[in-house]
Amino acid sequence: MTRKEVIYAVLVLAAFAVLAFIPSLPNSAAVLSLVIPITMYTVLATSWALFSGPTHYISLATAAFYGVGAYMMAPALEVMPYWMVLPIAALSGALLAALVGAMTLRLSGVYFVIFTLGLAEMVRQVITWYQNNFAGTRGNYVFVDINDAQIYWQLLALALLVYLVGWLINRSRLGFAIRIIGNDELVARHSGINTARAKILLFMVSGAFAAVVGAVMTPRFVYIEPAMAFNPEVSFLVVIMALLGGVHRLWGPLVGAIPFALTWEVIASNFPAQTVLLMGIAFLLVVYYIPSGVAGIMEKVYFRARQQRREVSHG
Amino acid sequence: MDNRVRVLEVRNVTRRFGGLVAVNDMSFDVHEQEVMGLIGPNGSGKTTMMNLISGALRVSGGDIMMDDQLISDMPARHIARAGVARTFQLVRMLPTMTALENVMAGAVFGHKKLWGRALQVHAMRQLERVGMGTSAHLPTSALTYIDQKRVELARALAANPRIILLDEWLAGLNPTELRTGIELIADLRAEGRTIILVEHVMDAIRSLCDRCVVMNTGRKIAEGTPAEVLSDDEVIRAYLGDDDD
Repeated sequence: MTRKEVIYAVLVLAAFAVLAFIPSLPNSAAVLSLVIPITMYTVLATSWALFSGPTHYISLATAAFYGVGAYMMAPALEVMPYWMVLPIAALSGALLAALVGAMTLRLSGVYFVIFTLGLAEMVRQVITWYQNNFAGTRGNYVFVDINDAQIYWQLLALALLVYLVGWLINRSRLGFAIRIIGNDELVARHSGINTARAKILLFMVSGAFAAVVGAVMTPRFVYIEPAMAFNPEVSFLVVIMALLGGVHRLWGPLVGAIPFALTWEVIASNFPAQTVLLMGIAFLLVVYYIPSGVAGIMEKVYFRARQQRREVSHG
Repeated sequence: MDNRVRVLEVRNVTRRFGGLVAVNDMSFDVHEQEVMGLIGPNGSGKTTMMNLISGALRVSGGDIMMDDQLISDMPARHIARAGVARTFQLVRMLPTMTALENVMAGAVFGHKKLWGRALQVHAMRQLERVGMGTSAHLPTSALTYIDQKRVELARALAANPRIILLDEWLAGLNPTELRTGIELIADLRAEGRTIILVEHVMDAIRSLCDRCVVMNTGRKIAEGTPAEVLSDDEVIRAYLGDDDD
């Protein structure tokens, strides 16, 4: 690690340590109801960008992974303790991602988008069908003694983990391979890269995180049914936030997730009937006006400032 | 010539695109440490032939062997790992990366597997070799077309390939650059590499190629030294057309 990296690491750890004290604030219930979705979307958007940022494959499968994690919690709790469910959720998300990846990542952009959008819906229908025909109930009760503060701490730990994993990937051969693939897949293949494997591996990482987030969030809902677990809105919001923040930097989705998750809380509580419309408008605005995201703009401003300073100092 | 080691063996290779036969029953050998020119008029299937060797395209029929490996059965990444590197007719840069990173890309996953400091040093040396050492940290979008071609060659060299495929790498160079380019390719042969080049620049063909294979409408119409093939009647006819009579 370089000195700069050590400084960053210390700063990030310090920030997380401070954030961990939010539940001890006086009016913590209200604050938690805001920071939980923010943290959740930060993890989802950042892990989404790990894969979709460099490859430019726009995945709408987040809801499918999230849903698998969320939905398995209730039945899994009957046979194992809570803490064991999380790694199993991660594994399930990764397996689903591997399956979908193997089928679709050889396809080019548009087909991939449509397939991933359909995936969440398909999994949801399959589960509904199964429960209607064999289980006799739709939905499950999640009885587990976990409060909002604990959910928040778990999400915070996941956020830290996603940054650690992202940082490790970025400096690994896999990270370099995926950047080459995103630039030019033909060159990647001629450089000896197993492009399908690299893409699937990264998609699995992304899917695993989304599934764990789903599992962690479930105790908040007490009762969970397929329509809640596999809500396509989650997929779209994650894409908007990641693009708004910028996918070229690890910290990009964070600067998208914070303002947008806050805005979304306001929208969802004040205009519950217009959410889809407003989501569409937000999507258009982001894509048209800030295609490289807030992070891209920030970097441009920073470089320009630095260049000017250099010109001034050179007289 | 035939006592030299045969590195690449192309046997009855055909490639069809729907009804169009772009490469038709081509056969030739390439020997170790040889510069072989693949020449012919535009649209004669030279680039397709290169794509078949590098694995960018699959053969429709026939076989390509490298030593005793059947590379026409392999995906491009395995062919690269076996020691084949190439440049592209239309330069293919990795646009969001620096020149140095572009070169590094050639030396991590293929025939050469470097990482860390060793990779940096190795890539830097390849860049210096093609005269691009001072541009290492520029984004490739800031480079001229010719400089991009050099970076692309450095990327191919970074893999330390046994066979290098150069698809019109000398096209578009000015006379000084051309001389440097020709010297560079001659150096590559001197260090033991085998080179197949698709080229239209006649000076380069005459001064570099040990042997030429001439293609026309997907078929091989001549093979021999540059002097032989360039005076061959059928070759002249292919390039210049029939006499009017």
